[in-house]
Parts: sequence; structure tokens; C-alpha cells
Amino acid sequence: MTATASAGPLLAVRGVKTYYGNIIALKGVDIDVRQGEIVTLIGANGAGKSTLMMTIFGNPRAREGAITFAGQDITNLPTHEIARLSIAQSPEGRRIFGRMTVYENLQMGAGVTGMRHFGEDIEKIFTLFPRLRERRDQRGGTLSGGEQQMLAIGRALMSRPRLLLLDEPSLGLAPIIVRGIFEAIRRLNREEGLTVFLVEQNAFHALKLAHRGYVMVNGVVTLSGSGRDLLANPQVRAAYLEGGHH
Amino acid sequence: MQAETARMSVPAAIKDALLAALVMLGLSVPMLAWRTEQNMSNELILVPRWGAVAIACAIVFAGRLALSLFVWNRRAGARSVRVTRLLSIAGRAALAAAGALAFIACALVAWSLGHQASWIAIAAMAMVVAFLALLATFIVKASIGFEAARAYLAPAFLGFIAIFPIVAIHYAGWQGALKWIDNFGIQILIYVTLGWGLNIVVGLAGLLDLGYVAFYAVGAYSYALLAKQFGLSFWLLMPLAAILAAFWGILLGFPVLRLRGDYLAIVTLAFGEIIRLVLINWVDFSNGYAGISGIPRPSFFGIPFNADDDGFSAVFGLEFSPVYRTIFLYYLIFCLALLIAFVTTRLRRLPIGRAWEALREDEIACRALGINTVNTKLTAFAIGAGFGGLAGSFFAARQGFISPESFVFMESAMILAIVVLGGMGSLIGCAMAAILMIGGTELMRELDFLKTGFNIPGLGLSIPGFGADFDPTQYRMLLFGLAMVLIMIWKPRGLISTREPSIFYREKKAVSGSLVKEGHG
Ligand SMILES: Nc1ncnc2c1ncn2[C@@H]1O[C@H](COP(=O)(O)OP(=O)(O)OP(=O)(O)O)[C@@H](O)[C@H]1O
Ligand SMILES: [Mg+2]
Repeated sequence: MTATASAGPLLAVRGVKTYYGNIIALKGVDIDVRQGEIVTLIGANGAGKSTLMMTIFGNPRAREGAITFAGQDITNLPTHEIARLSIAQSPEGRRIFGRMTVYENLQMGAGVTGMRHFGEDIEKIFTLFPRLRERRDQRGGTLSGGEQQMLAIGRALMSRPRLLLLDEPSLGLAPIIVRGIFEAIRRLNREEGLTVFLVEQNAFHALKLAHRGYVMVNGVVTLSGSGRDLLANPQVRAAYLEGGHH
Repeated sequence: MQAETARMSVPAAIKDALLAALVMLGLSVPMLAWRTEQNMSNELILVPRWGAVAIACAIVFAGRLALSLFVWNRRAGARSVRVTRLLSIAGRAALAAAGALAFIACALVAWSLGHQASWIAIAAMAMVVAFLALLATFIVKASIGFEAARAYLAPAFLGFIAIFPIVAIHYAGWQGALKWIDNFGIQILIYVTLGWGLNIVVGLAGLLDLGYVAFYAVGAYSYALLAKQFGLSFWLLMPLAAILAAFWGILLGFPVLRLRGDYLAIVTLAFGEIIRLVLINWVDFSNGYAGISGIPRPSFFGIPFNADDDGFSAVFGLEFSPVYRTIFLYYLIFCLALLIAFVTTRLRRLPIGRAWEALREDEIACRALGINTVNTKLTAFAIGAGFGGLAGSFFAARQGFISPESFVFMESAMILAIVVLGGMGSLIGCAMAAILMIGGTELMRELDFLKTGFNIPGLGLSIPGFGADFDPTQYRMLLFGLAMVLIMIWKPRGLISTREPSIFYREKKAVSGSLVKEGHG
């Protein structure tokens, strides 16, 4: 579980402020994601987690601060160009193409790489999520919630990303499916060295999975540390882990 | 409303039907019950038509009752799918037959009354035709299966269109065929072409465009003006017109990049009107309302269609007839349509086509997947507009005369209706809708028997017509609306609503089977 530390972090978010009109949603956020890590961001509803994910992708744009990926400043890059830099995203709400088949959805994900490794990559996705193989000619909109989440992750992976951003992959899924998806994330991280930035409501599972975590409250990061430390932190326990997931 | 759980008892159904008839009564009192006429002293008087009201209410009552008893009332049972399907086929056919019989009976009764007989006769005819069509489709579907029927649809369609002029000549003679090939064949194919062009913007990319006729106009005026001013050939100007229209498509595309849905519809609507108003008011350029006449007609690869010694007929040793030009134009627009269909099906498999379809579904996901949505939208506008321009140049060359009258909003609405009724994205659906809408309205000019009345030979009956001043084409919009309502009830997502995947998984299922086995080891 050693994070191979290179020159700097793979993704660095520095003092980012994001506004919706005149309303400030991120009030100066600093986050690092190093190569090979799973980093999670937890926080209450409306804290600004999704906003941060979208800001990294340039929509909405950060009004202040800087975002760098692999040493390159991406703060002002258009969204589709950021997507071509081997960052992939499974956005909030999954956003599957409902009328397209599973196969076509995965094909859309591979657009960035010019389909060079398509056959090989799709085989990998189907091995990771065998359910998708069974349903490859089914329309995305008719998949179950869990299958759609698998497809959203699979579609993101088709672009061979170095960094995968996931926004609440556990949302609305049964615990057993959540476990399956988190297991898949762990395998991708261990076996492929994929770096993952995971936004989650499900703090217990997310912190157990992640190497490091950040806690966001009202557009600012209030706590950070290793997953284990945050799990043990009484403040975190009181705010996010009440109700007994264990 | 498949009320499979909530079944309706007979008294409840009668009550429901009475209610519907009451609504019809309310509606028909202002619309049907009186008719204004002038009397001897030139005063307007109201002629009551309570008979018509009664008939309308009776039809609604009977129809609603039949629907709630036989159609909405099917039992949800443990029947196999096949049996249920057969039953529903039989049920629907029986229902249609009952309806047809009922109408024929009504017609016979009404005939003795003499007065409103024609209406009933039309309704009866319509029912019989609907019944036969329904029966035919169900028999085809039941005998070869739905998927197979679909697979045969396109080739059968193409084959028929390809031989249509020959069929028309065979049945109507050389002179009689002119009307069928021109008014039906060419007219429908122009709309098929336009529908397929707009299909790229609306059906595939999901950008609601209410001003599509503007590009049709740009194409038509480009050809007309350039051909008249510079005498350039049709074959050169056709692609040029398409390019110019595409350019205008991009011009429209830029300001509306951020708009979707209703807002986009309003701006494109305005764009269509602006182009038309410019054509009307910039008289120096477009000759305003008067339009442009004497537009050069296309030649047969350099051989003109005229009665001269070097004309088409003379060169090929035929007797001169305008029908050759018409046949040539027919196959020309057929080829254009084929070209557009070919390009569209090709594009759908390329990244740009897939990007259009993805854009229709989710713009944010598109951007997150590295798709440049600006370029994607602009290419959709440009290619759609280019096809419109192509159709426009053909239109100008076929008519020989164009004016802003031909490019009104109604045309945009018609083309959009074709795309929507066809099922948003389906080429064959579009073509079917075009045939239905355009062919249907053209067919109304042919309904002479409505004026003269007709005889039923076997029974020795003769049913009176509406008289010579009755013009069925005036009811165009009424029937148009009726057709739309019916299609939207029967097929709410258009005639062909299932989207064909642009790609299938190529490997056989056996591959996954072997992988599963390997997993055991
Ligand atoms: N498009 C928008 N326009 C205006 N305000 C927005 C917009 N999107 C989000 N906000 C606001 O920004 C704040 C942060 O929202 P965000 O979606 O980032 O929260 P979140 O942490 O992802 O919450 P959740 O866990 O519920 O998904 C909220 O107060 C929200 O109302
Ligand atoms: Mg969120």
C-alpha cells in the first residue's frame, strides 16, 4: 500500500474558490492526491464535494486558486480537454446514456483514446464487472442502479485514466452492491496502480477503503488525515458515523 | 392506460361512454350545431344541424364504449405471451371489423336520410381501409415475427420507391403518370429528404430546430440566383447550395450554443422568420414577394429536356413528352435521399455520430468524456442545414419558380412533425411519416367522389356527394391534426421508436461461456 511518491502530487488543488453566481460554494480548498493513492472526501449534503469534483473538470470554473494535474496547470482548460489528460470522472448521478446499449456507453468512454485498446480494455471491464458482460446489448436506461454505477465506472475506465474521480458511487445502492463496487475500486488501485479520488456520503466504507481522507464542511476542508485516523476521530465519528454501519 | 388491474364493469363503461358523449355534445354545440348561410334577402341566418351533432355524439359513445369494453379491459391472466398476442390481434381485428360494420350500417341508414350521408360514407371507408391495413400488418407480424418484419421493411420500401414510376406509368399511362410521379413521388421524396436532414439536428443531436425551412430557402435561392446570374450548371450549384446552407447553419449554431429545449426552439423559429422576411423585403436581391421565375432546369448530363433537336427526347429517339424530365427529377431526388440516408447511417457509426446521440442524452456526461460539445453541435447544425440546402436547390430546379411563400413556418412545422412522428432518429420512421403526411394531403385532391357522390354497385345504392363547391383539401389541417393525435396515442414515441444500436458486440456468446468455465480452474 505504498504510495509511490513522485516529484509532486498527481492532482493538487490550491486555494480554490468557486462561485455559483454570487454565492460562494468553495471557500479556498486545498487537496492533494498522490500517485497510487485512494483519497476520499467526505462531508454533509451541500458541503461542496460535487462542486469540487466539477471544478477540477472546469465546470464551473475556479474563480481563484489553481488546480494542477501531473504538473500541468488545468485551472482554465475547457472540460473536454481536461478529460483528454487521462483524468476520468464518474459524475454525480451516473449520467449513463440511457438510450444507448451498455456496449455503446463503454465505447463512448473510449473515445478519448481513439479506440486503440478497445477490445483489450472492454475485456478488462467485463472481467471486473461480469454483470456488464451479461447485459452488454441492454439499454443503459433499463439497467438497475447498481449496474448503472458499474457502467459509469467502467465507462470512465475505458479512457485508461491515471486518475479516477468518483462522485458518490454508493448512492442508493444496497450494501452488498456497495461492497462489490468498493472491492472493485480497491482491486483497480492495487493491481493497476490506479489513483482514485472518491467523494462519498458513506463515510465508514470510504474511510476504510481510502489511504487518506478529507472532511469538508460548508466549502472548506476542516480535517484531513489517514483513513484509519479519521475513522477513529471522535468528531468524525459523531458527525458522519452515527447510526452503526458496523 | 392498460387498465389491467382496474377492470370496468358494463354499467361503469356505459356511464363512462355517456360522459364522453356529453363532452362531445359540449364541443359540438359551438362547432357543429349551427351553420351560417345567406338567405334570399342576403341576411346571415343560422341553419341548425342537430343531426350532425347527434351522429358525432353517437360515434363518440359507441367508440368509447367499445374501447373500454374490448381494448382497455383485457384481462391480465397467466396466458402465454404468444396466446395473449394472438388474442389481442384477433381482438383488435374484430374490433376494427365491428367498427367498420357499424359504420357501414350507419351509412346505409343515413343514406335513407339523404342528408349527411357523405360524412358517414367517408368514415366507413376510412374504417374499412384502417381495418385492412391493421389486419395486413398483424398478419405479417404474426407470421414472420416482429424483428423479421422490420428487417424486410427497408428493402421492401426501397424497392417500391425504385419502381414507383414504372408502376405509375403502367397503371396511369404516360400522361396520367405525370401527376403521380410529380405530386406524389417527388413531393414526398423532397419531404423525406428534408425530414432526414432535420433528423440529424433534432432526432440525433436532440437540438430542437423550428426554423429548418430557412436552410431550405437558402439552398433554393442560392441555386436560383447563381444559376440565373452566372449560368452555372445545376450539378455544380447543388453542392455549392449545400455548402452555403451549411455555412448558414454554423452561423445560426454559434449564438444558440448555450441554449437548449424551448429557448433554442424560439431562437431557431425567429431565425427562420428572419430569413423569410429578408427574402421578402430585400427586393433588389431576391425580388421580394414576386419571387424568382425562369430558373434554369437541370439537364440530363448536358442534354436539356426540351423539344429541340438536341433535346433529351430527340437524342434518345423518343417522342417528346414532359414526363421524361419528371422521371429524371424523381430519380434524382431519390438518389439525393439515398445519399443522405447513406451518409447518416455512416455518420452514426463514426465518433461524430455517436457524439450527437450522446449529446442528445446528456451534455455534461459528454464533456466529461472528452467530447467537444461546441464542435459537435456546430457539425450537427451544419450537416443538417447542408442537407436542407441540397433539398432546396433541387426544389428550385424542379419548380423553376420560387418565392418566399414556399418557406413559411408551416413548412418547418411540417418537417418537424415528420421527424417527431417518425420517431426521432429513425430514417425509416421519417420516411413513413412523410408518406403519410404529404401523401395523405396530396391524396385529398383525388377524392372527387366526395363532390360527385358514388355508387355501391352490388347493392344498387348511390350515395350523394357534397356538391361541386366542396373542397376536401380545406380539411387538410383537420385530418392532419387527427392523424397526429392518433399516431401519438397509438405510438407515443413515433412510428419507429426503438433506436437501432449503432454497433453490436461482435463476439459470440460462447466466448463468455468459455470464460466462465476458465474461472473454475
Ligand atoms: N448549479 C448550481 N447553482 C447554484 N448553486 C449550486 C449549484 N450546484 C450546487 N450549488 C450549491 O452549492 C453548494 C454545494 O453543492 P454540492 O453539490 O457541491 O454539494 P455536495 O457536497 O456534493 O452535496 P451532496 O452530498 O448532497 O451531493 C450547495 O449549497 C448547493 O446548493
Ligand atoms: Mg454531491
